[in-house]
Amino acid sequence: MYSPPFSPLARVCCGRVNRGLAILGDTLFMGTIDGHLIAIDAKNGKPIWDVALSKPELGYSLTMAPLIVKDKVIMGPAGGEYGIRGFIAAFDAKTGREAWRFNTVPAPGDPGHETWPASSNAWEHGGGSIWVTGSYDPELNLMYFGTGNPGPDWNADPRPGDNLYTDSVVALNPDTGRLAWHYQFTPHDEFDYDSTQVPVLADLAWQGRTRKVMLWANRNGFWYVLDRSNGQFLQGKPFVRVNWAEGIDEKGKPKRVLNASPEGTLVYPNNQGATNWYSPSYSPRTGLFYIPSWMDTYSTYTKGPVEYKEGNQYVGRFPTMTVPALRTGPGAINTRTPQEGWGAIQAFDPKTAELKWQFKMTDVTDSGVLTTASDLVFAGGREGHFFALDARTGAQLWTGSVGGQVSAGPMSYAVAGRQYVAIAAGSALFVYALRQ
Amino acid sequence: MTMRRLTTCSLLYGASVLLAASAVLAQEHGYTPADIENGSRLYQSSCAGCHGPTGDMVPGIDLMRGQFRRGSTDTEIIRIIQTGIPGTTMPPSSFSDTQAGTIVAYLRSLAPASGRAGAGGDVPRSDIVKGKALFDGKADCAACHRVNGNGPRVAPDLSDIGAIRQAKELHEKLLDPNALVRPGNLFLEAVTKNGETITGRVLNQDTFSIQLLDSHERLRSLSRSALRDYRFVKSSPMPSYRDKLSAEEMNDLVAYLVSLKGLRP
Repeated sequence: MYSPPFSPLARVCCGRVNRGLAILGDTLFMGTIDGHLIAIDAKNGKPIWDVALSKPELGYSLTMAPLIVKDKVIMGPAGGEYGIRGFIAAFDAKTGREAWRFNTVPAPGDPGHETWPASSNAWEHGGGSIWVTGSYDPELNLMYFGTGNPGPDWNADPRPGDNLYTDSVVALNPDTGRLAWHYQFTPHDEFDYDSTQVPVLADLAWQGRTRKVMLWANRNGFWYVLDRSNGQFLQGKPFVRVNWAEGIDEKGKPKRVLNASPEGTLVYPNNQGATNWYSPSYSPRTGLFYIPSWMDTYSTYTKGPVEYKEGNQYVGRFPTMTVPALRTGPGAINTRTPQEGWGAIQAFDPKTAELKWQFKMTDVTDSGVLTTASDLVFAGGREGHFFALDARTGAQLWTGSVGGQVSAGPMSYAVAGRQYVAIAAGSALFVYALRQ
Repeated sequence: MTMRRLTTCSLLYGASVLLAASAVLAQEHGYTPADIENGSRLYQSSCAGCHGPTGDMVPGIDLMRGQFRRGSTDTEIIRIIQTGIPGTTMPPSSFSDTQAGTIVAYLRSLAPASGRAGAGGDVPRSDIVKGKALFDGKADCAACHRVNGNGPRVAPDLSDIGAIRQAKELHEKLLDPNALVRPGNLFLEAVTKNGETITGRVLNQDTFSIQLLDSHERLRSLSRSALRDYRFVKSSPMPSYRDKLSAEEMNDLVAYLVSLKGLRP
């Protein structure tokens, strides 16, 4: 067992969590909540190297699982609620030496800085956290990371402009850190719509030819099809009730109609978003894209005063929500009306944008979705059920009671020819297999 | 990204004894409305991320009801805000004594015994006694509501209503029962496939079932697949007291309700 010490200086918004490890050969890599990236000998648990990425007392923390590309370990910090300036950095897997760093908020003189005010240092606290591991396409030699909200979250007055590269996907060359392209889902965000979702890479027959696309269900309520070789916007449609934008224009920019206000603005979807870090899934067999969705949720955003102060939260006024971020405490009582929000697993056809089916749940879900080659969809929710659906129809085929919230992604693996499905729920791990 | 997981995000959270000292007794300083307003801003921008806009998002902690675990005096709470709690996710802050004090002022201003929640200590005992008589008699509240272990469970238990509602809200509720229905006090009307109609207070629901307490105080667990139809009842079953009680009677009844602070250790 290896347990790194935890700095009392760390500032952690939104939970003291670790989203996983990475492994290369016999070396494990983990990020810590106080901003260290550590290489560990997988055989004996001893640390090999330990690099401090940044200052924990300023709110930089590491929650994502590192991504390994070739001989590099890729990592970025959380902390957008503390006025950090986000980045993605690569470290040599053997030595821990930093190979390159891409700042998600460009400095004066760099491309993209024109989307920040020239008259202030707002960019230095501009957010753009990296909360969730990106995806890598070896053929294109590009990796894709989603970026978090701009800082401050709910009062955009200090940062007029689009605020690149927050709430975006950035495509980077893993050897150099050079930006190949970017696409911004929510310019000038005031609603905390981090783009911290898992990029799904698929090859689709699209209008007569096969295209390498990226499917992205975003916290802002829209789901997107992008060409992942060049970032071209192909399609963007709402998958829940959305009122902050009236669709997306031909160039891929949302047609925004609402802003936070001093008297309060009611916005769909809510602050927690239409979806979030819970993995969506694409099945090449069905050609469908499956999204864990928060339906009909809303928040009221009231613009409040905000001032940057080192080590303090830099957010503005906290919005109200009818659906809590996560259930707190035991019990998981749900007495909400459907008008206050509910949950669903939804299946969309990317080619037609058509909703194929919807599995409704009374409560929202923080569960990832797993599709299988046997045309099953596995998912769960806050209510303590883990279930299997028919990937083509959404019909419920099986349900297991797991006695705790499912806020993890299901996984499947085979040992000696037997297939297993595993899910973490509450503080227990459940593993299922067919009877022999 | 805000509020991803709140497993241990905790201000004033720990294993020490719950000190539910009266907020009035614990208050050592005088506060101005400006202090409270400033504290409100600081709370919403710096504390609400973990503790929630109403201070009760961390299990076992309810900041706005004066339930703290690590301290009770203003000085103690100011120190916790400044230094954090080692070993938990309650971080230190760089708030000055004055700034931290305004956060305490804000929390104190919301605590039930501070006056915001009602007339509290200023109400003559005789009014409370008269209010209780109305509750049990003329107004007939006791026909549905339970207080301190006595009475039916058909309507919400009012044992601590004075700790969670202000006098103004209680007045409003008595005049217009459909106002301010709290989550957890929703009524549902269900029709089973056998044709039985069941009305009751919803205790919990999930994708496959609904649990409610029916009009006969029976706990019912209904499988959704066995229901022909169900709907949340928008209007409250409680009658309005607009024309039933005089203004003085209304004040007495509210005085009694405000005096109900719950059975606390």
